[in-house]
Amino acid sequence: MHPALQGLLTIVIGVGACIGYFYVSNILLDRVIFPARGRHAGRNINRANMVRPWLFLFPALFVLGLYLAYPVFETLRLSLTSRAQGGAFVGTSNYVRMSHDPKFWEAMRNNAMWLLVVPAASTALGLLVAQLTDRIRWGSLAKSLIFMPMAISFVGAAVIWKLVYDARPLGAEQIGILNAIYLALGGDSPRNWLTIPFWNNFFLMIVLIWIQTGFAMVILSAALRGVPEETVEAAIVDGANPFQIFFRIKVPQIMGTIVVVWTTITIVVLKIFDIVFAMTNGQWETQVLANYMYDKLFRANDWGVGSAAAMVIMLLVTPILVWNVYNARKEMR
Amino acid sequence: MDSIAGRKPALAWAVHLSVALLVLLWLLPTLGLFVSSFRTADQISSSGWWKALFPQEQTMILRTAAPETQQEIDGAHAIEGNLFEGAGAPAGRITAWGTSSREIAAYAPGETADMGEDGRLTVEENGDYTLVNEAEFTGSRGERVFLTATTPPSFTLDNYRTVLFSGSATDNMGRAFVNTLTVTIPATVIPILIAAFAAYALAWMDFPGRALLIAAVVALLVVPLQLALIPLLKLHLEVGIGKGYLGVWLAHTGFGMPLAIYLLRNYMVGLPKDIIENARVDGATDFQIFMKIILPLSFPALASFAIFQFLWTWNDLLVALVFLIDSSGETTVMTRQIVELLGTRGGNWEILATAAFVSISVPLVVFFFMQKYLVRGLLAGSVK
Repeated sequence: MHPALQGLLTIVIGVGACIGYFYVSNILLDRVIFPARGRHAGRNINRANMVRPWLFLFPALFVLGLYLAYPVFETLRLSLTSRAQGGAFVGTSNYVRMSHDPKFWEAMRNNAMWLLVVPAASTALGLLVAQLTDRIRWGSLAKSLIFMPMAISFVGAAVIWKLVYDARPLGAEQIGILNAIYLALGGDSPRNWLTIPFWNNFFLMIVLIWIQTGFAMVILSAALRGVPEETVEAAIVDGANPFQIFFRIKVPQIMGTIVVVWTTITIVVLKIFDIVFAMTNGQWETQVLANYMYDKLFRANDWGVGSAAAMVIMLLVTPILVWNVYNARKEMR
Repeated sequence: MDSIAGRKPALAWAVHLSVALLVLLWLLPTLGLFVSSFRTADQISSSGWWKALFPQEQTMILRTAAPETQQEIDGAHAIEGNLFEGAGAPAGRITAWGTSSREIAAYAPGETADMGEDGRLTVEENGDYTLVNEAEFTGSRGERVFLTATTPPSFTLDNYRTVLFSGSATDNMGRAFVNTLTVTIPATVIPILIAAFAAYALAWMDFPGRALLIAAVVALLVVPLQLALIPLLKLHLEVGIGKGYLGVWLAHTGFGMPLAIYLLRNYMVGLPKDIIENARVDGATDFQIFMKIILPLSFPALASFAIFQFLWTWNDLLVALVFLIDSSGETTVMTRQIVELLGTRGGNWEILATAAFVSISVPLVVFFFMQKYLVRGLLAGSVK
């Protein structure tokens, strides 16, 4: 069967099964198990209404539990066992082994750099663009163009930036725009940007900053719009200049949103895999945690250390998780 | 704000200028790839894409027509024609030419090169040539001519033809395109449906443990999917799903679920209470209320999440690598195909650029047409 046809068929079956589940289970509940007639009509309606939420929730809870909650515990268990010894419990030896791996520390170091640079740069640039485009007539067009990379896959972005960083030997015409500019500005010879240890990390980070700035801009620009006019007008009357208005009036009022944007990008950074995988695959000292984990799991087949690395990522997002839950509960009260 | 900008025209100009600069900076990388995807391999390697719109000087090696086309004029043998036409190369203006690889610019246009017993060759500026000799031309191939020519900008759709329709297994994105669609559509539709019911229950139905469940959903928003790789791959293999579409759909459904429930619940809570209570009084069941009132009213939120999930599944690499792509290579998605091309065809920018553009074209179209909903969704779900 043609794969497209097969896909179409499964959509119909999958969606049909979903609708069927909800429809049939509700009918069963109302007509067969707790029918709203006869002697116990009132009691039955109440009972049906107690069961129904769980009917509605069941598929969602099932996939949430299976695909997100269960793996947390299973990965923890795997990280404490050894595959080579048939899944025997080995305590923290995987973690010890990982801590002796220089590649792991390289990944940690690079991840720390990513965490410092990318959220800060994206948020700052996003804020800058949001503020600048707020004042001009073609602002929405400019915003849409800066927002556009959000739609591009990390792999697509990797190809796009590989062309930017491309290097040809000295004397040949450069087709990478960065080297062309570098030589035009008086650089001595074309550089292979992605192979320069330490600095190449920043060339990879630029790709993610390029993607995430649009996200920061959209959210911060909505927040800036929400700043009450009166405070700004009062500042103008008092003779504040535009920079003072921005940094002393607006930024403090949208601090909450800035923090949200910052943490959101932080989570993206912790999970970053595709860019490094496609551009350098961790060579030339550009390894990051997620790619290190993938390496261990699927190339070295070392499930213990791979799971341990996954647990490190989990550990790093936990504070954000707690903070999110705390905020959500506060809002609901 | 206008008063500030109005008071200081200099500052207003600075704003316009810096925004223009930023936009240019953000657009250039994509533009480069886009332009490159329409150029030939020769052009890409001989000049930067930013020069593609201008005429450029290029060196090329072309051949005169084969000896079989020679004619006899006044006792001499002659081959005539145009160098560019014969090769199918874009016509250009010749600035210099030569007949040996050691002196590729020995002659100016209009001059005649005496090649001894091989005859005398005259090449004009527009590529017209005459090759004359007393003896008959022999052999099967024409004479080599080295040209330095200025060619006008030219663009081609050949790359797209190669990438989309060629039979070659390594370059062909056509199949990967279909595979990506097969992954994306069910992985977008199924979670929406499941999440909508759950969101309704969490928003409008009363039951013990509701607050706890909502908190759990918020917590799961940030759980990295990396944790799920091994346990679930093992599970899929044990259950018999293995690596295939069903597994990848389920995985995407699971990973997209927290955001879906979170977005939809936040939206549904904001719907007017009266409508729902009136419907209840009129005897509508929860199922009817959901299908007839909530779903139609929630369209904006559903669209927001649909776009997120679509972009996310279309652009995904990791989930497909782990849960879908097997050794047969039949189920490769586009992102994986491009990574493969980066490895095998790293220098062939015409193939790489085109393949990348094929894969980002659909998200870009969705993005530009549905931006409103995307922004709305971002604003509602910015906790993630």
